[in-house]
Amino acid sequence: MYATSYHRASSVDEAVNLRSSHDEGRYLSGGMTLIATMKQRLAAPSDLIDLRHIAALKGITVDGHTVRIGGATPHADVASSAAVRAVCPAICELAAMIGDPHVRHMGTIGGSIANNDPAADYPAAMLALAATIITDRREIPAEEFFTGLFETALEEGELVTAVSFEAPEKAGYAKFRNPASRYAITGVFVAKAAGGVRVAVTGAGSNGVFRAETIEAALAADWSPESPKAASIDPADLMSDMHASAEYRANLVRVMAKRAVIAAG
Amino acid sequence: MGMEGIGARVARKEDKRFLTGKGRYTDDMVVPGMKFAAFVRSPHAHAKINGIDIEAARAMPGVIDVLEGRQLQADGIGNLICGWMIHSKDGTPMKMGAWRPLAIDIVRYVGDAVAIVVADSAGEARDAAEAVVVDYEELPAVTSAVAALQPGAPQIHPEAPGNLIFDWQIGDPAATDAAIAQAAHVTEIEILNNRLSPNPMEPRATLGIYDAAEDHFTCYTTSQNPHVARLVMSAFYNVAPENKLRVIAPDVGGGFGSKIYIYPEEIVCLWASKKTGVPVKWTSDRTEAFLTDAHGRDHVSKVKMAFDKDHRIIGLKVDTIANLGAYMSLFSSAVPTYLYATLLSGQYDIPAIHANVRTVYTTTVPVDAYRGAGRPEATYLLERTMEVAARELGLSPAELRRKNFIRSFPHQTPVIMNYDAGDYDASLNAALAAADWDGFAARRAEAESRGMKRGIGMSCYIEACGIAPSQAVGSLGAGVGLWESAEVRVNAVGTIEVLTGSHSHGQGHETTFAQLIADRLGVPIASVNIVHGDTDKVQMGMGTYGSRSGAVGMSAIVKALDKVEMKAKKIAAHLMEADESDIVIENGDVKVAGTDKSLPWFQVALAAYTAHNLPSGMEPGLKETAFYDPSNFTFPAGCYIAEVEIDPETGKTEIVQFVAADDFGNIINPLIVEGQVHGGLAQGIGQALLEEVRYDEQNGQLLTASYMDYAMPRADDLPSFTLSHQNTPCPGNPLGIKGCGEAGAIGSPPALINAITDAIGINHLHMPATPLKVWSALQDGQMRQAAE
Amino acid sequence: MTKVTLTVNGRAMSGECDDRTLLVHFIREKLGLTGTHVGCDTTQCGACVVHLDGRSVKSCSILAVQAAGSTVTTIEGIAGQGELHPVQAAFNTHHGLQCGFCTPGMVMTAVDMIARHGGDLDEHTVRHELDGNICRCTGYHNIVKAVLAANEEMQGAARQAAE
Repeated sequence: MYATSYHRASSVDEAVNLRSSHDEGRYLSGGMTLIATMKQRLAAPSDLIDLRHIAALKGITVDGHTVRIGGATPHADVASSAAVRAVCPAICELAAMIGDPHVRHMGTIGGSIANNDPAADYPAAMLALAATIITDRREIPAEEFFTGLFETALEEGELVTAVSFEAPEKAGYAKFRNPASRYAITGVFVAKAAGGVRVAVTGAGSNGVFRAETIEAALAADWSPESPKAASIDPADLMSDMHASAEYRANLVRVMAKRAVIAAG
Repeated sequence: MGMEGIGARVARKEDKRFLTGKGRYTDDMVVPGMKFAAFVRSPHAHAKINGIDIEAARAMPGVIDVLEGRQLQADGIGNLICGWMIHSKDGTPMKMGAWRPLAIDIVRYVGDAVAIVVADSAGEARDAAEAVVVDYEELPAVTSAVAALQPGAPQIHPEAPGNLIFDWQIGDPAATDAAIAQAAHVTEIEILNNRLSPNPMEPRATLGIYDAAEDHFTCYTTSQNPHVARLVMSAFYNVAPENKLRVIAPDVGGGFGSKIYIYPEEIVCLWASKKTGVPVKWTSDRTEAFLTDAHGRDHVSKVKMAFDKDHRIIGLKVDTIANLGAYMSLFSSAVPTYLYATLLSGQYDIPAIHANVRTVYTTTVPVDAYRGAGRPEATYLLERTMEVAARELGLSPAELRRKNFIRSFPHQTPVIMNYDAGDYDASLNAALAAADWDGFAARRAEAESRGMKRGIGMSCYIEACGIAPSQAVGSLGAGVGLWESAEVRVNAVGTIEVLTGSHSHGQGHETTFAQLIADRLGVPIASVNIVHGDTDKVQMGMGTYGSRSGAVGMSAIVKALDKVEMKAKKIAAHLMEADESDIVIENGDVKVAGTDKSLPWFQVALAAYTAHNLPSGMEPGLKETAFYDPSNFTFPAGCYIAEVEIDPETGKTEIVQFVAADDFGNIINPLIVEGQVHGGLAQGIGQALLEEVRYDEQNGQLLTASYMDYAMPRADDLPSFTLSHQNTPCPGNPLGIKGCGEAGAIGSPPALINAITDAIGINHLHMPATPLKVWSALQDGQMRQAAE
Repeated sequence: MTKVTLTVNGRAMSGECDDRTLLVHFIREKLGLTGTHVGCDTTQCGACVVHLDGRSVKSCSILAVQAAGSTVTTIEGIAGQGELHPVQAAFNTHHGLQCGFCTPGMVMTAVDMIARHGGDLDEHTVRHELDGNICRCTGYHNIVKAVLAANEEMQGAARQAAE
C-alpha cells in the first residue's frame, strides 16, 4: 500500500468538507474493496475519510413499506434486520450472501453501491427495486445512478448517505458464484410491484448492472419460474472471462432469474 | 496398545500452541536490528535485461541498500541446481540451463527475481522496489510444453536446444508395441493433468542473519527439510561452509512439496545480510507465492491400453510431455520420471509397459513435486483409461479392475517397482459396500426426478512411498541418499528427547513419534519431546516429503530405541543381578521376567548417568543414534468412490458422497491418519473440480495470481468423507507402516472425473470440471443429439 | 506516524504507526501478538480474523487507525492463561488443525459463528459460514466436526447455567 493520511469524520458535513479539501482523497466506508485495492497498489488515495463513526449514516428505518438504509450500515445489519425482513426479505437474503461473515461485518451498502463493482450484489437490488440513492446534496434514481463499470452518477466528493425504496409485493435474488472469488458470476434480482416487474442483473453485463427487459416482459405476462426460460439474452452484451463465457452467462441470467422468482415465492 | 501407544487415537500434543496463537512461524521471528526485504521481480515472461538502475531506489526513505545479480555473482554465489540426474534414451545427460538467484542477463518467467531492496520497513522496501528501473527488452513467451517443443518456439536456455531437457523412457517398447498389435481391444485416450499451485496457507518466508564476529550465518526458513537446505546452500550455492551455516525451520504452516526446495530468496537474504550488516527478513505475499512457489503437475499424455479377449491388460503405452517451467527446480527431473512412470502398472498385472517422457522448458515458474508428485499423474492417467476401457468393453468398472488385480506378492512390475504386499480386493470391496454401489441406480433415478444428473465413479490407486532406498535412488540419478536419522536421548530422570531429521509442518510428529516411545518404554507421551527443524540441534536428516516420515523417520527411531533398550537392559540386569536376556521393559518398569524384581524406568536412566554401578567397561549415559535406510519403497493402495450430482442448468457439481478405503499398513494414530486423508482428498478434489494455474499463452502473464482467480476448495465445496482402513502390514520396515500423506491427493481426481463423466454421459472431460466446462459439455451433447 | 490506542484482549494498548499500517501488522509487529496471521492479499483466507467491538472481521483489510478506540480480541485473548476456550478444546479433541496457520482465524470465526447462531448450527450452516476461511490441510472435515461439537458443548453449558 502507498502512503496515505487517515481522517475520521463525525458528521456528514465534516466528511464532505474533509473530502473537498483533499483532491486525491477517498471516502472510506467499510473498506472491504478499497483497502484491498490499495494493498494491491491499484489505488493510491492521498487521504482517507472514514465514515464508520458518523451516527447519521447508520441504521435502518421501515415506515410502512418504505425502507431507508443508512449508507454506512454494514451488510450484516441489513441481513439480520427483522423490520426489513417483514416487508422485503429478499434484500436481507441478498445481504446475507455478500462476501463472507467477516466482510459483512465491515462492508456497507453505501460503499458497495458507490464503488459499483460489476460483480457486486446491491446494485442489482437497487435497480430492480427502483431505489433512490440519497446523497449529501440530492436524490438520484437508481436507474440514473449506475452508469458503467465502477462508475456512478456521483460527482466529485458527493457522499451516499442512504438508500430508500418501496418494498415490492414480491422480490427474490439468486446468484451463481465465481468458484474462486465467490463474487457473482451472475446475480439476478426480480421484483414485482404495483408499477410492474423489474429484473436487474449483476456480474454478467459488460457495462455493469443492467435491467433484463426480455425477462421483465416474460414475467409481466406470466409471473412463473418457467417464464424467463425462453427470454432472449444477447451474449454480445455480456462479459466473458476464464470462469464464464458470455454464452454461459446468458444461460445463467435465465436460470438465476428462474431461481429468483422461486425465491420470491 | 495402551492409552497412548501405537494405534491409540491420541489428540495431538502440539495443538495447544497453535490453538492459543503461540505457534512460532518464520514471519513471527524478530531479532535485534532486523530489516525487511522486497524483491524486484520481472513483469515479463521472457526478456533481456539491458540495464538496472538502482540509484533512485537507493535514495528512497528507509532504504539501506539495493543489491543486484552481478554483485551476487562477483561474491561467488552459485547457480540453483536440480539434484537428480536423468539421462535421455540416447544416453546424453539432461540439459540444465543456468538459474541465477538474481537474474543478470535474461528473465524467464513473470516473477523471476532481479534485485533485492533492504529497508527499515516492508512498506518502504516495496516502495523502493518499484523505484528500481530495469531496462527490459521483451522476448517471446511460451507457456505450454507442447508449444515449446514446436519448431520455431522461443528458445529459453542456450543449453537446451528446442527447449527439450531430456527425452527419457522406461519399460520395453518392442514388447508393448507387440502387445498392442495383437490386442483384441485398444483403448486410446489423451490425458491432461492440470497445473496446480500448492498453496500452503503460510506463505514462504526467510530471515537471514549474518554474524560478522563469528563469520556465521543463521537462516530461519519455511522448509520441509532444513538439513537439505543447508547441504545445498553450502555445497552448491557457496553461501557458507556447513559449520558456518545454521538452518532453522521452526513451525511451518504447511508445505505439500512446495517447501522442499531451496529458492532464491533464502540464498539472497543470507548474502544480503552479510552485505548490509543487518538481519534481513522477507515474507512472501500470496501473489508472490502464486508467481514464485514451484507449481505441480502440468502433463500432457497420450495413452494406449491393450486388452486380450478376456479383458486382461496385455500392454500399456504412454507418451508424456511434462512442463518443468523456466528452470529445473531441485527434484523436478525425478517427478515425471521415477516418481511417475514407475507407478504406471497401478494395481494391475500388466506384462508390458512402455512410457516415454519428454520434459520441457517454458517461460513459467518452475514445476516440481506437489503432494503426490508424479503418482497422482500416473493414477489419473491409469484410472481414467480403465474407466473409459470398462465403458468401451461393456464391463462394470469394478469388474474390469478385478480381472486385472495383482494378487500375489511380491510382484515385480515391468517398470522397476517391486510391490511387497497388498490386498486390492479388500479395499475395493470395502469401498463398494460403504458407497452402496449396488443402490446407485435407484439414487440416480431419484435424482433424475428432481432434474439432476447423478453419477458414480471409482479409482483404485497405488503409490510408492517411504522414499527411498539410497543405493537404488543413487543408481537412478539422485544426488542424495534418502535415509533418515534419529537420536533417542534419555535424560537422567527418565524423560526422553527424540531428535529427528523428519520435519513436521502439520503431520503431527510430536504426537505420533512420542506414541512410538510410549509404546516401547511405557512412559507417558508427556515425558517425550520431539526435537526437529534445527541443524544445530539435530544430526543430519533428509526431511519430510513423499509420505516418508512414518516409514523411514520412525524406523530410524525404532533402530535408536533398540540400542537404548539394549543398553538399559544391560544396566538393569547388572543392577538386579539377573541375566540380560531375562529383562523386559513393561509399562514404564524394567523387570526380570518371571520374578517380582523390577526397577522403575527412571532409576535405570539415573544409574546410566550417575555411573556409580555400571557393568564393567560400559560408558556412562543413555543416548543412541541411528540411521535407517529403507530396503524398498512402501506401497499404500486403496479404492476411492465419488458420487456426484450435477445441476444441468448451471453445470455445478455437488459431491454427494466420497468414500475412501485405504491400506496404509499399520497405523500409529488413526485420528491423525484420517486427518491426512481428509486433507489429501480436499487437494485432489480441488484439482478435479476447482484448481488450475493458467498463464496467458501470448504474453506469459499469470492469470491466476490470487484467490480471486485460483479457486481454492472451501468448506462448502466439500462433503464429509467416509473412510475405512484395510491392513496388509508393510514387510519392509519394523513398524509395518506404509505412509498416508499423499494418498488422498493421488486417488481422488480420477474418481471424481469418472463420476462426472458417468453423470453426463461422455467419456472425456479435462480437469478441472468447472461449472463452465461441465455446462459446455452438456450443451455440446445436446447439440450433437439435435443434429443426429 | 500516528499514535493508535485500543483495548486488546482487555488491556489498553497503544503504538505508533503509519496510517497505511494494517490492523493485522499493528497487532503482530507493534503489540507482539503473532497468533493472528496473514495468508492472502485479497481478503479471502481468513487467517487474520479477530473480533472488533465484538464482531469477527478480517484484520488484513482494516487500517490500524480505523480501529483506534475500539476493542479488539485476538486468539491470544479468548481464554485465560493456560486454559482453552471450548472451541479451542474441540479443535484439539477432533483434530481440527494440522499446520496451525489458519487455526487462529478458524477459531475466532467459530466463536463468532456460535454466538451469532445461538446454538442453532448444523453441518450445512457451518460449511456455509466458513466461506471466508481457507484451510489447506484438513479438508475441513474435522473443523466442521469441531465447531459442531463446541456448539453442543457451549449450548449444554448455557442450558446448565440457566437451570
